[in-house]
Amino acid sequence: MKKIPGYRRVYAGTQPPHLHPPYVSSLKRAPLQALVPLPHTLSEITGPVFGTEIGDVKACDLTRQHPGEPLGERIVVSGRVLDEDSRPVPHTLVEIWQANAAGRYLHSRDQHNAPLDPNFTGCGHARTDAEGRYRFVTIRPGEYPWGNHYNAWRPAHIHFSLFGPAFATRLVTQMYFPGDPLIPYDTIFNCTDDENARNRLISLFDWDTTVPLQAMGYRFDIVLSGRESTPMESRPHGENS
Amino acid sequence: MSLHATTSQTVGPFFEIGFSWLYRDNLAGPVVSGERLEISGRILDGDGKPVPDGIVEIWQANSYGKYAHPDDPQEKPVERGFTGYGRVPTDEEGRFRFATIKPGRVPGPDGKPQAPHIAVSVFTRGLLRRLTTRIYFPDEHGNTEDFALKLVDAGRRGTLIARKIDGRPGMLEWDVILQGPGETVFFDV
Repeated sequence: MKKIPGYRRVYAGTQPPHLHPPYVSSLKRAPLQALVPLPHTLSEITGPVFGTEIGDVKACDLTRQHPGEPLGERIVVSGRVLDEDSRPVPHTLVEIWQANAAGRYLHSRDQHNAPLDPNFTGCGHARTDAEGRYRFVTIRPGEYPWGNHYNAWRPAHIHFSLFGPAFATRLVTQMYFPGDPLIPYDTIFNCTDDENARNRLISLFDWDTTVPLQAMGYRFDIVLSGRESTPMESRPHGENS
Repeated sequence: MSLHATTSQTVGPFFEIGFSWLYRDNLAGPVVSGERLEISGRILDGDGKPVPDGIVEIWQANSYGKYAHPDDPQEKPVERGFTGYGRVPTDEEGRFRFATIKPGRVPGPDGKPQAPHIAVSVFTRGLLRRLTTRIYFPDEHGNTEDFALKLVDAGRRGTLIARKIDGRPGMLEWDVILQGPGETVFFDV
C-alpha cells in the first residue's frame, strides 16, 4: 500500500500546556499524566470532509441572519488558512462564534449584565476557497468580565474552529484585535510561552479588505500542521511530544 | 519549514453557539452496514464532578475499515450515508451519547491491522487544547495486538476500552476522566 506521510508535531513553546494555573478552569480539567505519543496512522491522517452542509450564504455574514441589523461596528474578518509550508488549505470548514457588541453571548450560561441583541446570534461558518481564503462579515465583539479572578475582563475576541485535511490538523483558537488594552492581562491569551506565537493570534487592521463607508477589515491568517516529509511508517515513537 | 501551527485556545463555555449547527449524534443512516452500537458516557473532572460544558467529536472508519477521505488508499467500499464524523455535547450531568456502527479494522504503522477503534477529540471550557483519545471495543481479540494499546501502560489500557452494559445488547459505556484516579489515556497526536 502507498505510504502516506503523517503530520508534524507541535513546535516547542508554540502551543499552550494543558495545565495553566492562572486559568483557574484548567486546574481540575487538565490531565496530569503524560500524553502518550501516537505515531500517525490512517486514523489520524484522515478526517471529516465537509461540503454540502455549508450551503447557506448567510452563514458567513453574521449581520444578515435576522430581519434587522445588529448593533455595533460592522467589520470584515478575512484571511487565509495555510499549512506550515505556506501552502493554502483549500475547501476546509471554518466555524466562528462570538459575543455581541455589548460583550454578551447568546447562551443560557452567560449571565453578564449586558443586553442581548435580537438581531445577532454570533455564529458563522464558511469553507475556504481554492487558495485557502475565507471571509466573514460580522460586528466587532465587546469585551466582557469573567470570574477567573478579581476584576477579570476578556479582551474582544472571536472563536475560530478549523478541521483542515485530517484528524491531526483539528484546531480551535481565538482571534484578538490589535491595540486591545486587555490583551497583556488576559490569562487565556497568555497561556502560550512563545511570545511570537501568542502575538499571531492578534489580527491586523487591513486597508485592502476595508469596505469604504461600510466596514473596517481585519486580517487573520491561520496555520494548520503541515505534512511530515517522511512516511508515517518510519516515524520514531515519542518524537517531539 | 517557514511557519508554525497557530496556537490553540480554549473553546470556552459558549461553544454551543458555533458548534450546534453541526451536532450529529447518529453517524449511520438506515442503510449503512455494520453492527449498530450506542455509546454513552460522562466527562468527569479531577474531583469526579460532571463537565456540563464539554463536547466530544468522533472520527471513524465504516464497517469495512474504510475512511470516507481521499487519503485513504485502501480498495474498500465507501458507503453513502456514512461520513464517519460525529459531534455531541455533554448535558448537565456531563453525559454524552451517540449511535454508530462498529468500525472495521484499518492498517497500523507496520501495515498490520489495528483493532477496531474510534478516534475522539474532547473539548471543554478549561482545556486550552483539545484532548485526543480512542475508543476500543470489549471482547475484541485484536486489542491484545493493537500497536496503540501496546504503547500504553497495561494498567491504564482499560480507560480506552468501552464497557458492555448488562442486559443491554448494542449499548456501550465509555467515560472520559480528565484528571486523577482512573484518568483516561490521552494521546499526543
